[in-house]
Amino acid sequence: MQQNFLRKLIFDEKTRALLIQTLVIGIFAVLIYLVTKQTAYNLEKRGIGTGFEFLNIAAGYDISISLIPYDSNDTHLRAYFVGLLNTLMIAVCGCFLATILGFLVGIIRLSSNWLFRNIAYVYVEFTRNVPVLLQIILYYTILLHLPKVKQSLVIFDNFYLSNRGLFSPAPIFKDGFSIVIGSLIVMIIFTFFLKRFLKKKQELTGKQYPIFLINSGLIIFTPIFVYYLMGMPLEFDHPVMKGFNFKGGMVIRPEFLGMLFGLSIYTAAFISETVRSGIISVSKGQREASQALGLKSNFIMRLIIIPQALRVIIPPLTSQYLNLTKNSSLGIAIGYADLVHGFGGISLNQTGKAIEIMLIVMSTYLTISLIISFFMNLYNKAVQFKGNV
Amino acid sequence: MINDMSPYLNSNKIFIWSKKNLFSSWINSIMTIIALIFIYKVGTFFLNWAIFEADFITNFRGEIITDRTFCSKNIEVGQHGACWSIIFVRFHQFMYGFYPVEEAWRVNVIYALLPLALIGILFDKLPFRKIFIYFTFAFPFIAYFMLYGGPGLSVVATNKWGGLLVTLFLGVTGIALAFPLSIFLALGRRSNMPIVKSICVVFIEFIRGVPLITLLFTANVMLPLFLPEGVKPDNLLRALVAVTLFQSAYMAEAIRGGLQAIPRGQIEAAQSLGLNYWQTTRKIILPQALKIAIPPIVNTCIGLFKDTSLVLIIGLFDLLGIGRAALSDITWTKLYYEVYVFVSLIFFIFCFGMSRYSLYLEKKLKTDN
Amino acid sequence: MEQVIQLEKVNKWFDDFHVLKDIDLKVERGQKIVICGPSGSGKSTMIRCINRLEAHQKGHIVVHGTELTNDLKNIDMIRKNVGMVFQQFNLFPHLSVIDNISLAPIWVKKLPKKEAENIAMTYLEKVKIPEQAQKFPGQLSGGQQQRVAIARSLAMNPDIMLFDEPTSALDPEMIKEVLDVMIQLAEEGMTMLVVTHEMGFAKTVADQMIFMDEGKIVEQATPDEFFNNPKSDRTKLFLSQILNH
Repeated sequence: MQQNFLRKLIFDEKTRALLIQTLVIGIFAVLIYLVTKQTAYNLEKRGIGTGFEFLNIAAGYDISISLIPYDSNDTHLRAYFVGLLNTLMIAVCGCFLATILGFLVGIIRLSSNWLFRNIAYVYVEFTRNVPVLLQIILYYTILLHLPKVKQSLVIFDNFYLSNRGLFSPAPIFKDGFSIVIGSLIVMIIFTFFLKRFLKKKQELTGKQYPIFLINSGLIIFTPIFVYYLMGMPLEFDHPVMKGFNFKGGMVIRPEFLGMLFGLSIYTAAFISETVRSGIISVSKGQREASQALGLKSNFIMRLIIIPQALRVIIPPLTSQYLNLTKNSSLGIAIGYADLVHGFGGISLNQTGKAIEIMLIVMSTYLTISLIISFFMNLYNKAVQFKGNV
Repeated sequence: MINDMSPYLNSNKIFIWSKKNLFSSWINSIMTIIALIFIYKVGTFFLNWAIFEADFITNFRGEIITDRTFCSKNIEVGQHGACWSIIFVRFHQFMYGFYPVEEAWRVNVIYALLPLALIGILFDKLPFRKIFIYFTFAFPFIAYFMLYGGPGLSVVATNKWGGLLVTLFLGVTGIALAFPLSIFLALGRRSNMPIVKSICVVFIEFIRGVPLITLLFTANVMLPLFLPEGVKPDNLLRALVAVTLFQSAYMAEAIRGGLQAIPRGQIEAAQSLGLNYWQTTRKIILPQALKIAIPPIVNTCIGLFKDTSLVLIIGLFDLLGIGRAALSDITWTKLYYEVYVFVSLIFFIFCFGMSRYSLYLEKKLKTDN
Repeated sequence: MEQVIQLEKVNKWFDDFHVLKDIDLKVERGQKIVICGPSGSGKSTMIRCINRLEAHQKGHIVVHGTELTNDLKNIDMIRKNVGMVFQQFNLFPHLSVIDNISLAPIWVKKLPKKEAENIAMTYLEKVKIPEQAQKFPGQLSGGQQQRVAIARSLAMNPDIMLFDEPTSALDPEMIKEVLDVMIQLAEEGMTMLVVTHEMGFAKTVADQMIFMDEGKIVEQATPDEFFNNPKSDRTKLFLSQILNH
């Protein structure tokens, strides 16, 4: 009887699985118990309490780049949001630039010109095989060694590049500019319906319209027309040299530029590879079949190649966006005031609340990652080929 | 129109090649000319800077450049090319960090033995491969003894390590430790046991969802909090823990891809022969899955190797950290191009080498099947 | 009889590999020509030259009185009138069956969508799978896919059809359904050039048999003569291999 029981415990598939899992939970529980106990003891000994009250205490440090009003009397919580917004800002700008550059390089990699192809190849290999941190630091260092403010490099008459960053005119919107913006929005909505209308019309009559051309014309030229109609309601505040620095205008700091260049140039190399492999993944047969049907090459691209290539490109593209967002945490190396630098670094040093702060920082990144992958999965499900291809 | 194309048989190969790749249409020809001008400009600029107008050992006055003697370009600003002397003067630091000069031979021995330890894993058709594999397993102990010290050798604490030594140490050890861990994670993620599976999924997705720098911070700040007093892992070890966990999650995903590629029939065949779970996994599934997974695994290794540079943020002196330290010396401040080009080149050689190896494996996999 | 395709001393090289050597061929309206030969003999390349999927380098190809050159307008015109069916079907996996078929009528012939879909349904009925109209290529069997591919070509109302080994990628039980469609097409008087090893099909429909080897047309004859009394030794050898396997 007892032997039977033991036998069952060890050799029955289900009980064995149960046994192993109980064991795993047990080990985990003991481990967590020991670590928590030790940590609590260590914290007590060092006189560090636990809890999130510190979030409401004044942070006491300045942040050089901030999208929302912030000074050193504001709380750590506000410092957290400043950092989060800076992280998101560099991530969005970086992804935008990396996508443009990456698609461009990816297409050049497929060029029929051998030299162009190989220049792009050299770019890709050199940027993706060198740490992104090194590239960020390099670009930042170059920016810091630009001429001093007094000898700024002048670009297009109105932009001044110096070791303090890029000074540019700041737009001042006067009355009536909102109407220009309004006309732009109206046009975007209008062209959306126009596109649907023209598509319907094509379905009915078969006549093809240059929809893209008409719509982009409308979107670009209507606001310009309205702008002049309203008497050009936009002025610029030009940066003016006063003393040792510029007054007025706006400035893009070298920390931001260094991060932007480093992240986007690095990520673009990876994006170009996904673009390239996405386009070659559409088999030669697809192009041949379309040609045999008499489709023109711009239609082949639009109707056959791009829809299929995008399915292949989008998932790795999204994970490149995720990588870029995570890599934006390297801002700490050059003093870009992102989440890790301000809240995860300075706040942590001031309050000593390592556990709480690392918990918040990590969950923030996790949340961003999860949100992006959630949308990627939705998209993937929507575009999946039906059946076995 | 048709007959002007000369038949390939009677033509010069170079002519055909350039017609097809460089001058197939007038747009293509213009692009070729633009590209040639671009290459010429960049090439001459770079060669002048890096070689013809550069300082190697002495400046233009003929003085040997040291920590106290300036390069030509620091004396006559805007007139000279690169100053490679910084690399020579600081070579010891770049290679060994602050490792005592008279003990550097120990690191050199390990640098020399490292290829021997790797070659057995990298090439499966090597003669006497078994012996090399045995050596691979012995190597960590030899390396520990030689680098850290022990009976007969003086102890060199890890805070003296730096430069390429730290970069290679973190890269190689991180990968080696992460490998077995990642196999268990990958198997666990595919397991039927819900608890084991969810622990693995949560671990992998957590690690992959956060930046490495936060893991390094956590290890650096929090590891001492978790452990009893007296147990004080040094900074290098803390970084190693973070790097290993990080790498294991990414490797696990690569291995999972390999596992998924094994058809169910393989498991069924093994089970019908009477093999149990571990036998099936060890003898049938893993050998096939790992073979498929090696190229993506190598890609994660490239990523990790580059990411070891992040440890400079927590105060370790890896290759990049040493480079930065050199630049903080007033004599060298303006030589950032030289330092970063040199450091990039070293990273490039390792990473490009690994990516070539991964391509070679992919090709081999295709022809093997 | 009206000549619709004319090949005169056509030569083609892939780098320094000479694939087509002095090919001469005349096809009259309504003729059915079956081309066979060992792999690598240039038979696929030859028919791919007829709608300029491959460019020839020497000689002349004239289709419907228009010579094929680099002139894109001529190429477009010829492709509109010449249908092609591929070994690997090459259906567009991201489009439903009916969208696959109506794509070219909409974008090349500029027909209204409704009309194009009606045409598509007509041809789907002709290849006997109208019930699959809303499915995607990946959900169909190989035989069904190839029939959709034939319908897709027919929807452009071509007067010449090129078939490049249409049954080679199919399972044996599906070959018949595709060949039946092709036989029906032949009976309706379509001009057809078919690269195939289905000798039963060849005997039923072919007016002319062509045997190619090493880039040359080795033998051209009526099926009767070709199968019963081949002239060249290479043809004999090929036939003995293909008929006895």
